[in-house]
Parts: sequence; C-alpha cells; structure tokens
Amino acid sequence: MSFSVTLRDVTLKYGDTEALSDVDLDLEADKIYGLLGRNGAGKTTLLSLLAAFRRPTAGEVLVDGRPVWENAEVVSRVALVREGGDFDDTDKVEAAMKSGEIRPDFDLDYALELAEKFELPLDRKIRDLSRGKRSVLAAICGLAARAELTMYDEVHLGMDAPTRDGFYKALLAEYLERPHTVILSTHLIDEVANYLEEVVILDRGGILRHEPIETLQGVGATLTGPAGAVDEVVAGLEVLAEQRLGGTKSVTVGTELDAQSRERAAASGIELGPVGLQDLFIHLTEPDRTGA
Amino acid sequence: MFDDGTPIYRQIADQIKAEILGGTLQPGGKIMSTNQYAAFYQINPATAQKAFRDLVDEGVLYKQRGVGMFVAEDARDKLVGDFRARFFEDVLKPLIADARQAGISLPEIIDYLRAQEGALK
Repeated sequence: MSFSVTLRDVTLKYGDTEALSDVDLDLEADKIYGLLGRNGAGKTTLLSLLAAFRRPTAGEVLVDGRPVWENAEVVSRVALVREGGDFDDTDKVEAAMKSGEIRPDFDLDYALELAEKFELPLDRKIRDLSRGKRSVLAAICGLAARAELTMYDEVHLGMDAPTRDGFYKALLAEYLERPHTVILSTHLIDEVANYLEEVVILDRGGILRHEPIETLQGVGATLTGPAGAVDEVVAGLEVLAEQRLGGTKSVTVGTELDAQSRERAAASGIELGPVGLQDLFIHLTEPDRTGA
Repeated sequence: MFDDGTPIYRQIADQIKAEILGGTLQPGGKIMSTNQYAAFYQINPATAQKAFRDLVDEGVLYKQRGVGMFVAEDARDKLVGDFRARFFEDVLKPLIADARQAGISLPEIIDYLRAQEGALK
C-alpha cells in the first residue's frame, strides 16, 4: 500500500506572510491527484511540506499516517520533483541519475531505459542541457524513484508537446503497473485532466475545492440563448460569468442544472454547454470573487 | 478520441453499450480490464472503473470476482428495450420541434421516412 497524505490545521509563514493558512487535507493512497492554483496560491509550499523540505509553522503534516518531518524512513519513499530538478550543474547526466540510488526503491535500469526513450544524452553535463531536457531528466528521476508518494511540481516546463505527451504516457504506465500516490501540480489543466482521479484547487493559501474530477467537470454549465429566457433559468443560481451579444446572452453557472432547469432551457431555445475544467478553474479563482 | 461535452466514463459506458447493440460484444463475452482501457484511452483507471460500475448497476455487465467483467446474457434485449422506450421521447420529439421551427410539416416528414424505409429494404 502506498502513502496517504494528511494535513491538520497546517499554517506556514514566510516572515509575516502566510503561504498556507489552517489547511486541512486528506488524500487517500494510490490515486493520481491534480493540484491546481494560481501563481502564489501555495502549491509549491504545500508540496515542500509533504517532502519535508520545510517544517510547518503550526499544524501536523502526516504521510502514511506518520509525521514526515525528520522521518528518514518515510521521506526516502517520498519524491518531489521540482522544475528543473535539484541537480549539481557540473555533474554529468548519468551521474545525476545514479545519485537517485540513495533511495531504497530507485530503479536505475528503468531510468536508463527512459533516458534512451526520451533521447537524453548521458555523457552531457547538466549545465549544457536545454531547459526541456533538464525537465525530462527531473521527470525520469521522479519516475525511477519508484516512491510511494511522487509529486511533480510544474515538471513539464520547457518540454515540448510530444515530450509532455510521452511523459504523461510513461507516468500512467508506471502507475498502472505499480499503483502509488501521485500529485501533479500544473497549469496545463486540460492537458492532464484525463489522467486525474481527484482535483485539489488551492487559492490564496487555502483549499478552495477537493473533488473527484467528474464532480468538477459536471459542476458548471454554459447557457446561451435569448437574454430574457437565460436570465429566467439562471435566477437563483451561482453565476460565474456572463456576456452579451445583442439580444443573446451567455451565462456560466457554477452549479449543476437539475432536470427541470434543463427542460425549461431546452423549451426556450437555450443551448446548454459544459464548462471546461480550465475555464471553471479560472472563474473559481477569480481574484475579485468574494467567498466561493 | 472523446468529445468535450459528456464525462468520459459515460462515453465509455455508451461505447460498450453500442458494441453490445451492434454485436461486437456478445452476451457472456469478456470486457477488457480497467487497466487495458486506461492504457488504450490514456485515462485514469478509476474513470474506466466508474463506467463499469454504472453498467453493472444497470444490469448490462456482471462481475466475476478475480476473473473480470462480462456482458450479461440479457444485455442486448435490455438495451434494445431501453432504446425503444427512449426513442420517441428523446429522438423523435426534439426532431419534430426542430422541424416545426423550420416550417417542415408532419406529412413531409412521414413521406420522407416512408421513402427511407423503402430505400433501406
């Protein structure tokens, strides 16, 4: 069984600034999670706590039900891959990969196999790698760590589209073969949506939503039609956005429409559409929104 | 591979139903595993599992522990029955509403359908 994650009343301050405030979070083991949030929402801080790179100012951070801070047994089975990786620039690629062997379950053969697949030059110095290749190296180290909790923080940066696709495929293949807990922090929401089981949205240092992906994907609806009719159907619903084009109005609501509203909408010539995860995320984390 | 509107688990369920209706999947036939579905469609296995669970609830599939998922013996009859029940409400009703909006009369539609049936025979 791989690692679960629990945060209890966790606060982390940088000086006077609270990066995370009173966060409670439960992540079950063996699932792939998407961690979404605008820049500065606290994603990297949260992941750093789970990897015991940082200690919370207050509260408890448990991995596999055990406090993670200064717990070598747990930490050796937790991998946090940060953008660009944490490598010594003067190392060669192969040496950097081999340094993963301090982890109990690191699989060097698998790492080399991935390196060949992604055309990573083993004898090149890290500092001579392109940004994309550096990200590939970081991703490979994350996969080959064969950890019980693996977190990828914006690891796709610099990778081109085919490389990102290859990375997602490798990640899914590894997950299918060996179920473990995965957290993917990314801004490319729609690109990873199909791979996720649950989504956590962080906003201004707190958890805004934590739901199964289908729930979030079913959350909203877009109604487009005659302005008067649209207003009538959305009355009383949570309106996320609206725009007008002549007599036509398009409204995005943050709640699922019940059968009755759907029928009324259809009867008055209103077109119903889904709200993409990315659009929903943008609306939900709108800075001038009060509450959510 | 998937369209944007409908959740993926429902699209997978619909596709399995279409394969049963079309005869590609026979009663008693084995369904690919959640992992095979996940790898083929590049989706989270929990999504495929959700599709299977819904189909088991509907009586279209049944689970044999440790062996896998199979098509229920009466799945095809059931799906045909469901389709018949929904056909007039879900397919014909909106079509007639659209036709009316475009000024197409009912006799015109009936004539067309009769001609089609002749052509398909």
